[in-house]
Amino acid sequence: MAFEFIKRAINEGVDKLRGGLAKTRSALLGSLQSLLRGRALDDALIAELKQRLIMSDIGVVATDKIIQDLHAAWKDRRINSGDQVLEFLKSELRRYWPAESRALLVAASGPTVILVTGINGAGKTTSIAKLGQWLKSQGKTVMVAACDTFRAAAVEQLTIWANRIGVDIVKHQMGADPAAVAFDACQAAKARGIDVLIVDTAGRLHTQDHLMRELAKIRRVIQKVIPEAPHEVLLVLDATTGQNAIRQAEEFKKAVELTGIFLAKLDGTAKGGIVVAIRHQLSLPVKFIGIGETPDDMEPFDPDQFVEALFQQETAVKPQ
Amino acid sequence: MFDSLSERFSGLVKTLSGRGRISESNVRDAMANVRTALLEADVNYDVVDQFSRRVLDKAIGAEVLNSLEPGQQIIKIVYDELVELMGPSATGVQFVASPPTIIMMCGLQGSGKTTTCGKLALYLKGKGKNPLLVAADTQRPAAIEQLATLATQVDVPVYREDGVANPVPICRNAIEHARQTGRDVVILDTAGRLHIDAPLMEQLRQINATVRPHQIFLVIDAMVGQDAVQSARAFNEQLEIDGIIVTKFDSDTRGGAALSVRSVTGKPIKFMGVGEKLQMLEEFHPDRIAQRILGMGDVLSLVEKAQEHFDEKQAQKMQAKLANATFTLDDFLDQMRSVRKMGPLKQLLGMMPGMGAALKDMHLPEEELNKAEAIIQSMARKERQNPDMIEASHRRRIARGSGVQVDDVSRLIKGFVSARDMVKKMSRFTMGDKAGLAKAMASMTPEQYSAMSRMSAGPLREASRLSPQQKRKLRERRRRGH
Repeated sequence: MAFEFIKRAINEGVDKLRGGLAKTRSALLGSLQSLLRGRALDDALIAELKQRLIMSDIGVVATDKIIQDLHAAWKDRRINSGDQVLEFLKSELRRYWPAESRALLVAASGPTVILVTGINGAGKTTSIAKLGQWLKSQGKTVMVAACDTFRAAAVEQLTIWANRIGVDIVKHQMGADPAAVAFDACQAAKARGIDVLIVDTAGRLHTQDHLMRELAKIRRVIQKVIPEAPHEVLLVLDATTGQNAIRQAEEFKKAVELTGIFLAKLDGTAKGGIVVAIRHQLSLPVKFIGIGETPDDMEPFDPDQFVEALFQQETAVKPQ
Repeated sequence: MFDSLSERFSGLVKTLSGRGRISESNVRDAMANVRTALLEADVNYDVVDQFSRRVLDKAIGAEVLNSLEPGQQIIKIVYDELVELMGPSATGVQFVASPPTIIMMCGLQGSGKTTTCGKLALYLKGKGKNPLLVAADTQRPAAIEQLATLATQVDVPVYREDGVANPVPICRNAIEHARQTGRDVVILDTAGRLHIDAPLMEQLRQINATVRPHQIFLVIDAMVGQDAVQSARAFNEQLEIDGIIVTKFDSDTRGGAALSVRSVTGKPIKFMGVGEKLQMLEEFHPDRIAQRILGMGDVLSLVEKAQEHFDEKQAQKMQAKLANATFTLDDFLDQMRSVRKMGPLKQLLGMMPGMGAALKDMHLPEEELNKAEAIIQSMARKERQNPDMIEASHRRRIARGSGVQVDDVSRLIKGFVSARDMVKKMSRFTMGDKAGLAKAMASMTPEQYSAMSRMSAGPLREASRLSPQQKRKLRERRRRGH
């Protein structure tokens, strides 16, 4: 295990994030390089730029804002060539992430509880495996709670992951009350002196009121056992989601007071622009990103690195 | 679904309809709004461009602008273009002459393939077929278990080879198994994969080459962003898919993916998933979706749903009971259950003309209905037959039995009795005096009524007058294509 870890650290490291984002870039911002290089800034170029930004899922609102700022800078003669635009965009995007803490919130004493939520198929269970693996590699003891008692074989899926990464699991039968599972898990975590309890929940569309209330109930029940818990409430978002991601974040935030976002499947052709849209419209930090299929394929989100990676030279990156 | 899109389009309809004169700049302004709305709805940028260009080309001509009702003409152009964008209508599954018909499902992770396999199996059973589900997702933990559970729920056999990592032989053996056991449709549930994952795409091509599926369906999530077209295009280029199934339509997505993928791949959307329950798979009709987007409602689907769930005789009996006020709480319970079987209230009301936008922020009391069911079930049979006889002490018992307050019971009974009496009054109108009925309705829900009459005098009439012709045209086109 230790050997594995070192090998991984050396071989992959930051490259992995770049690898994941390489596909992002080739679809969007990689092509910006060839679009902008050596061209004078004019209305036509700005229009093209606008199109590229929208096609990256950054969203109409955020795009309009960026384009407006670019237009103003051009009129003030602060920039006048395509080559300067790249730097301008980078600094513009960086401004979206002021200094803020993206560290995992932990309990002062006793188990830290992480409640994991999201719509169907966002990637909750896999993301939990990744989180568990990551926490374990930091020497924490981890337990997972199988509160998705609705979807067929969801408990089995989490059990398989728990065995693979070697963590405890608390589960009931299919169809059991998820809040009861959470209750038992919290008590077990306390009794066994577990550091972090990760609670899996059933995928639910944010438009289904009764399911959102069920989620709020799970939260309340957790609170009954461990008053200051859950310490983290993460929304798992599929990075390929379009502007609906904003709606999801809003509704889940309303129901369970989210503390952050786990952006899954960023290794796809996901353009990741939705990260910018979310940042623009909601005050919710992206805390982790999922960038592959194995439990090791997760990184804490680093906006500087994210923006840098978005604008890396294509040739400097080897896709995975 | 499509709510905010239909809000914007209703805005367009409102600006343009009922105006005598429309200038070119009116049209351009209105279309600029539509353009933004489409982009915000995640419709692919290029698709939006083409769409607005086509509408403008057709709309800005002396012929349209100088016509008698230019607004109506333009709305019709928009409607036609929307249908064109999503159409032609080609729903359902085509079966081969010598079974089994082999269907392969593919798509990205988390798009909803496995659930859709279960839904499709149930749909096919409803068409008198004997499907076999095949667990060919050997990647995701417990994917096989999930499919097996769904198979049990819809009562369809599942073919699985536990511990085998390569799905290609599994699929081959499954076809043989289907032949031997007399299953006439085989549904292959493959693992989710990224279209840029070369080894996994190669695996799909191998399955394709080995079992030669008759239909390949791409499953996509209705909430997917601008990237939808890339993955759809890639899957189509590698596999030459036959159709698309869009899932999670019951979310509040603006549905851009559904509007984009058809025009990029040229392949029809066959079905849409509209809920977690396994019967919630619906055929996709572009003309009806276009009507919903334009805020015209989708009365046709509503009627079909009703026909599926009510039988005529029962309805007539019910009407007679209503007319002479022998309608009991038992009947009420039956009715309520039949209506709810058709789907969530919001979905149903959303199909009514002019209701889409109004429903956006409305909270519909599904829970109240559960409560009502519980209360009625806690009553003795005599009490259900004759709610007027329920005394205070009975009410207390009923409240205890159904876990509600006594007030809730009283409210239900009171509401029922007054509704029954009102219906009796109204049914008197139906017999003699149709205008009287209309007046009664208008006085009950003036807003709804006026919304309906407004819509049915406007674009709905246009649309429904046109759709048979259009259908014929599409049918011909489809025939020529095959």
